[in-house]
Formats: sequence, C-alpha cells, structure tokens
Amino acid sequence: MAVKVIIPTPLRQYTDKRDSIETTGATVAEALAGLTTQYSALRRHLYNEEGKLRSFVNIYLNDEDIRYLQKDKTPLNDNDVISIVPSIAGGAAFGYRAIEFPA
Amino acid sequence: MELFIKYPMALQLTRAHLEAIADHGARDYPSECCGVLLGNDTGLLKQVRELAAIRNLRQDQALAEELLPLAQPELESERNRFLMDPGELRRIEAEGRRRGLDIIGYYHSHPDHSAQPSEYDREHAWPWVSYVIMKIEAGRAGDYASWVLAEDRSRFESEPIDVVDVQAAPESA
Repeated sequence: MAVKVIIPTPLRQYTDKRDSIETTGATVAEALAGLTTQYSALRRHLYNEEGKLRSFVNIYLNDEDIRYLQKDKTPLNDNDVISIVPSIAGGAAFGYRAIEFPA
Repeated sequence: MELFIKYPMALQLTRAHLEAIADHGARDYPSECCGVLLGNDTGLLKQVRELAAIRNLRQDQALAEELLPLAQPELESERNRFLMDPGELRRIEAEGRRRGLDIIGYYHSHPDHSAQPSEYDREHAWPWVSYVIMKIEAGRAGDYASWVLAEDRSRFESEPIDVVDVQAAPESA
C-alpha cells in the first residue's frame, strides 16, 4: 500500500526538511520500517534500544490513535495517512519531596 | 582546534514572553505548568513570536496514565510531571501553521526546583526544539534556562537565550 507519513517539526531535520514522506507497507509497522530505512537517523528518536516504539511516540492512522486499533499491526489501505505525533512530557527531578520533617 | 558552530545558535524571545511564562508558572504553582513556543527558525535564531499555554494532563491522572504511564506513580504527579494535552497541541500546531508559525520549542515550570533538566526531561525530549525551564520558588518566578537535546540523546545542551524588548518583524520571504 502507498501511504503518506506526516513528520513532526522536531524530526524534519532528518527528512531533508520535508513535512511528509511517501512510503509503502501492508501494516503500520512496515510503513514505519520503510520510513526509517529511507531516513535512518529517525530511528533513535522513534525506537528505544530494544527496537520498540518509544512510549512518548504516538502514531495516528488517519485520525485514530493506533493503540485503539491493532497497534503497529494495523493494516493499511492505499492513500492512508500516518501521523507521528509526539507526546510532550517532562518534569523536575524528585526525591527530596518524599522526605518530610516533623514540625 | 576544532570549531563547531551549531545553528540555530540561540533562542530569541521578549521580556513579555518571559513574564508570561513566570505568570503561568506562578498561577499553576505548586503544579507544573506547560506550554508551546510558536515562532520561526531564521537559520541563525529560533525567534519566538507567541506562547500558547497548554493544559497539564497530569491533573487528570487516569487519562494521563493511558497516554504515558508513570514508572513510580507514588512519587510522580502534576507537581513534578507534565504531559501536554495532545488534542490541544495538535490544534495549536495546525492553527500556528496556518499563520506561518511553527512549534519551535516548549516551556514548563519546575516548582521549588532548579531550571536544570531532569533525567525524565531528557528521556522524553525531542531533538532540535528548545526546552525552556523556569524555576518557581514558593510561588515566585526564579531562574530560567533553555536546553536542546544532544544529537545522540545522551544529554541536554544549554542553549543561549537572547532576551529582547520587542521582537523584530518577521523576515519577509
């Protein structure tokens, strides 16, 4: 299947500044594999050391989050649009908060 | 000597932008606040044009857990974690793009904690974009700093901030 992958701003430096890339695949996993073969520098930002999608990488197929479909095994149709949508998260270090001194 | 200059070299924002981040941080204290920096990459600078506050989804634990589970929920909450509402984020990105503005970075507060990024910040960071962190101490704005993830994801690098009174007009293409 021929599909389009929408690239978020932080990753466009690895795709020659292009905001969408055409690729092919029968499933979401195959399409993403095609994308990261074409642009290998994307790989470390999308996948962890075990080769799994990072927890803060959301993948939408058309307008649906693939975690509510068949995850990366979700089958594709021609002209589907896959969006890589970053979860933006962070926060302070912790530890000292757990310590409470009596009054 | 090897000379390596990284572009864009600095984040440029106005005093009013910094005041808006401080106000947001104070308002949401003791929770973390978060938001988006909208602007343009001129090649030399990332120029901030507008800020957009975004809801910290950690205030809705059940929904936040579904999107990005916490490793130690007994120690982590909206007081030391933020997660941007993805729906708001997509809407702001689309609206910005219609007006020629990109998301060039994000800001968040560290209540009663330094403006240094944490391990958790690094693990969840995206490349290229600026991460502005402002310390909010006992409800008042403290130090701030901007950070960019290193290419190999191993650390954050400090990013120079250029504070201006008034932002120059956008460069016409």
